[in-house]
Amino acid sequence: MSSLNSSLLLSVSTFVFGLAALLYISALIFKKISLTQPARWIMVGAVLTTTAGVILRWVESYEMGIGHAPLSNLYESLVFFAWTAGVIYVGVEYKYKNPIIGAFATPIAFLAMAYASLSPNISDRIQPLVPALKSNWLIAHVVTCFLGYAAFAIAFGLSLMFLIRSTNPEKQDGILGHIPELDTLDELTHRMVLFGFLFLTAGIITGAIWANSAWGTYWSWDPKETWSLITWFIYATLLHARLMRGWQGKKIAWLSIVGFAAVLFTYFGVNLLPGLHSYGKA
Amino acid sequence: MKTVNPLWNFFISIKLTVVLLLSLAMTSIIGTVLPQNKNPQFYEGYGPIGVRLIEHLNLFDMYHAWWFQGLLLLLMINIVVCSINRLQKTGSLIWGPASDIRPDRFVGRKDARTLDDARDTEALIKSYEPLVRRWFPGCQVLRTENQVVIYGEKGRWSRLGVYIVHLSVILLLVGGLVGSFFGFEGFVTLPEGETTDTVHIHGTGQTLSLDFQIRCDRFSISRYENGMVKEYRSSLTLLENGAPVLQKDIIVNDPLRYRGINIFQSSYGKLAPQQQDSPALPEPGPDTEYHLHFLSKESGMTYTRHAKVGVEVDIPEGLGKFLIVSYEPQTDFHGRPLGPALKGILTPMEGEPVDVVLPIRFPGFDRMRSGDVAIAVIPPRPSPPAALPDEETRYYTGLQVTRDPGVGLVYAGFALMIIGCFVSFYLSHQQVCVVIDDQQGRRRVTLSGIANRNKISMQHRIEKIFGAMTKV
Ligand code: HEM
Repeated sequence: MSSLNSSLLLSVSTFVFGLAALLYISALIFKKISLTQPARWIMVGAVLTTTAGVILRWVESYEMGIGHAPLSNLYESLVFFAWTAGVIYVGVEYKYKNPIIGAFATPIAFLAMAYASLSPNISDRIQPLVPALKSNWLIAHVVTCFLGYAAFAIAFGLSLMFLIRSTNPEKQDGILGHIPELDTLDELTHRMVLFGFLFLTAGIITGAIWANSAWGTYWSWDPKETWSLITWFIYATLLHARLMRGWQGKKIAWLSIVGFAAVLFTYFGVNLLPGLHSYGKA
Repeated sequence: MKTVNPLWNFFISIKLTVVLLLSLAMTSIIGTVLPQNKNPQFYEGYGPIGVRLIEHLNLFDMYHAWWFQGLLLLLMINIVVCSINRLQKTGSLIWGPASDIRPDRFVGRKDARTLDDARDTEALIKSYEPLVRRWFPGCQVLRTENQVVIYGEKGRWSRLGVYIVHLSVILLLVGGLVGSFFGFEGFVTLPEGETTDTVHIHGTGQTLSLDFQIRCDRFSISRYENGMVKEYRSSLTLLENGAPVLQKDIIVNDPLRYRGINIFQSSYGKLAPQQQDSPALPEPGPDTEYHLHFLSKESGMTYTRHAKVGVEVDIPEGLGKFLIVSYEPQTDFHGRPLGPALKGILTPMEGEPVDVVLPIRFPGFDRMRSGDVAIAVIPPRPSPPAALPDEETRYYTGLQVTRDPGVGLVYAGFALMIIGCFVSFYLSHQQVCVVIDDQQGRRRVTLSGIANRNKISMQHRIEKIFGAMTKV
């Protein structure tokens, strides 16, 4: 085994994510937009390091003789989430050229990485797959869900910005002045929610197909499934509420925040409920 | 002319949709907090008012309760009525002929771009039409007395995306309904070498006869080096009138499907030695002390502990405590006799204590229970190995047997929902119009475009076309 292993790479990328987030936040707080220049490249670096770490982890699992895609447990899915959020954010910054969004988006990716790396409850060992997890539908399920969650996370960051900005939409100087216009934020949030909704839908569907091939029922109302459906209902509400008069702007931003809270609960909270179905329980 | 029907108006309202979706989201929480489908004693802990509420609102099985299904039904009516209403109003946008276009709708737009050109109309058509055609291949030139219109459009059908999504919701609901009326979910426990056609339906104690038999030829487990299970495999043969018709090994995630019936690998167990060929051995009687196996599902480790009836033992890995309450000489599971068993209470570190039954002859039985730990009793008086020399361990396999004629509808719904979401989120109906007006000696040209979504990218496209028009 070489000394460069995936755990090391992913720990390093946690710190790189942290550094990028710190710079973006400093740029916002100290009103130094110039700080976002290095932040952008550090963020790209974090994404690349994570990519390398994930690929290496994949290779390592094959070297151990238990090869499987690195998407099979809590640790791996959090890393994938951070990676996806990072990629989406870099794309948004590239397309919309507004680096201040980074102060709201990159900390989410960092927190996910930090939680995965530091929480004593999360093991970063590469484990073999129990029989129920051996399914291509499972891989599709995890990938699509986390693409969705990452988009919702960024929509959440944008909605926070929207609410902050809407306290004083006219202001052009200071920190507020650097936050994009309300219309832009609203439009971007909506784009993120649409993307997230498409992938959450695909995630729930692939999960149902997986369940049907493993257990013979596509839906059994277990708490994890139910919470993903609750999340889906909330975002469906958001899509329709936008069509109603008087429901643009702030209310939509709040719905997007509530929706992301449901995402977090689906992911972390469900394990606290009675009745169980912890991640990947067979 | 439609008369205004208040009920109709109620159901076309998108406010109702929002209210229903939010209600579904909020009420769904209840069933994730309140454990579902427990026996009545379980709910006594919720106090007299709690019990009344739980009973009246069917909260112990809330996703099948009348009011929850009612909300779904309302949603379904809402979708159907709303779709009919919108199709009546906007159907012509989708199916109507293109000649319905009204140039003034385009010319009057704020974001319309105009230019004046001295060339004559035919020359202008010649130079502009290809520019429009590049983006809108099917564009046409419409001439009236003193006006020429170059009109292009595409993606008209994408307006159907939303209807596809809504249709898919209906398919899912109907598919679920069909499944719950005409399908079943049951299980079979089948020792190696034996044949059955009887399925025990989950949660009811009823049985059902298949019109073919299932034989388990062999069950095997393979493991990783660290002891975690790698694969459960049952070799099954299906028989009709005693003759084999199908042979297949099933593993988790690779079920057997035959004539609408699905057979899934779901659990397994070892037959206690007494069951192997010598059922005449005396029943294991009540003891005061037992050997228990605790299998941690998380780590795959098994721990053996002595336990006295009535004395709580700690389970390793912080998995909680276990107490043997009593020895029962005769127990059954959904009507299937299990023989003698221990009854006990498992208290996890977090969460509610659960009652568990540990049949002595079926050490694998407790694995069917979901939870972090599976418990097995090592038979108190194992038959001496000498009695059964090199006999291999005999297993039984636990099979989930289901039929769901609604699955086709549900999967069609799945496909349509993804397609519909993609179409309605990312494709748009785009129309572009170049209007050439004859005005004494010169031509006034107006370019403008409309899209039903992604309006920004439509604007970019207009700018591009306009840029090209001003260049030529
Ligand atoms: C679970 C149920 C439902 C789901 C999943 C659903 C899904 C969707 C989706 C994905 C869109 C596209 C939103 C967008 O483009 O921003 C949409 C639009 C729409 N939905 Fe629903 N919907 C549901 C129920 C309903 C109901 C009950 C109604 C009845 C009033 C309704 C009326 C509409 C309307 C009017 C639109 C806008 C169409 C347009 O933009 O032209 N939806 N729905």
